Amino acid sequence: MTEDGIRCDGRRLDELRNISIKVGVLKNADGSAYIEFGKNKILAGVFGPRDVHPKHMANPDSGILRCRYHMSPFSVTERKNPAPSRREIEISKVIKEALQPAVILKDYPRTVIDVFIEVLQADGGSRCAALDAAAVALADAGIPMRDLVSACAAGKVADRIVLDVNNEEDQEGQADMPVALMPNMGKVTLLQLDGILKPEEFKTCMQTALVGCKRVYEIQRKALMEKYFQNGEQ
Amino acid sequence: MNSQILDQLKRDKILDLLKTGKRIDGRALDEQRPLIIETGVIPKANGSARVKLGNTEVITGVKIQPDKPFPDLGDKGILICTAEILPLADPNAEPGPPNEEVIELARVVDRGIRETEMIDLHQLVLIEDKSVIGMFIDSSVIDSGGNLFDACSYASVAGILSCTVPKYEIKDEAPVLVEGVTSKPPIKTLPVSVTMARIGDYVIVDPSKDEESCMDARITITTNSDGNICAVQKGGSDGFTAEQLLQCTELALVVGRKIRKQFEQLM
Repeated sequence: MTEDGIRCDGRRLDELRNISIKVGVLKNADGSAYIEFGKNKILAGVFGPRDVHPKHMANPDSGILRCRYHMSPFSVTERKNPAPSRREIEISKVIKEALQPAVILKDYPRTVIDVFIEVLQADGGSRCAALDAAAVALADAGIPMRDLVSACAAGKVADRIVLDVNNEEDQEGQADMPVALMPNMGKVTLLQLDGILKPEEFKTCMQTALVGCKRVYEIQRKALMEKYFQNGEQ
Repeated sequence: MNSQILDQLKRDKILDLLKTGKRIDGRALDEQRPLIIETGVIPKANGSARVKLGNTEVITGVKIQPDKPFPDLGDKGILICTAEILPLADPNAEPGPPNEEVIELARVVDRGIRETEMIDLHQLVLIEDKSVIGMFIDSSVIDSGGNLFDACSYASVAGILSCTVPKYEIKDEAPVLVEGVTSKPPIKTLPVSVTMARIGDYVIVDPSKDEESCMDARITITTNSDGNICAVQKGGSDGFTAEQLLQCTELALVVGRKIRKQFEQLM
């Protein structure tokens, strides 16, 4: 990073990578989205509400949400074993728990909503990008939601707090903090941190990430509007 | 079905009490259950600890043995923390491959110790890129009574503090154990994880099993001896507001200080 805060990929400290989201990219899924978040390329598909298999997982009082985050073997520099790793299982769980507060499951007892996420190419911050795509795919599936979920990471690189940590910065950096927000309800539904932050830095880092989440939200909204309100009407 | 009705009744009771500033077991909102740490419980391990946090009980063993370094980390020793919930610990626990809760538990415990840089891994190198010392810190939950995150983390830290590192010498490029010579592990800082739950608008420290069964969201924050925040994991099916999260970091620092004193007595 340079003295005046230009980062290794040319971004300013508070600048997001380029994000583009396409809604409804899969024919078979009830809802889907494709996101390019910097070099991340991620597909999300949503099925349901539908019957639960295995049956014992069904909840008579509410629908359930399931989530699978999976990385393609060719998505990273060294080939990844296609079997789900412990990291992927943990990420699947935190993504599910980040989406769950937004989805109104009570209306669909005994059913499941499945969210499948496939990381085709990974480049740092893939869990946030995956979550962004998954939230849009849920909306595309027509699932009733209280709010969208928008995610973005912030971190500490070369002693400075930066928005949207990329892969190199994650490897060399001092801290990485992925955050997900329900923007209209002001609720943080995902928060993780690895790295060392002073309490003031923690606060700044979280606030930086939250600003990023709100910007991502605008991009998600625009992507949904593009599909559903083609003529610019609302 | 039945358990859901019970959870709802329990939740109402717990919430009613919280509104009057009380918890179902009589604790203050920011009060942990008593923590009892016993070390050296497994003499065949290089370090060990048995930790009781209220009704939760965990045994951790530390095994130390020479190993090959990770290909991209040739200048560092190996540190791996695992955790498992034994089938005898909980009526709902089953033998077999770990489920997502258990995987999360193990990864959060590992992250707390790794990210605080508790152990100076550079001091565990025998020959760079070829041979290093590996520390394997395995925790087994033997009685599950809520807040397994902190119980496993405390047991792991106590196990590490109690361990003695055997000495290895390199002969013909292979590590050979030197009998009778040991040293203390290279400790840089003391990580303390503090787990909190949100029930309604209330944040409580160290949730018991009953409180966990009806919490809205959970957060685990690990701090180091310098008062920095080093690892965070939010869990549970709902969220926190930004203000609640800042309140949680302060709680983690304050409560963490008390636990750290208990660790210091083990050193």
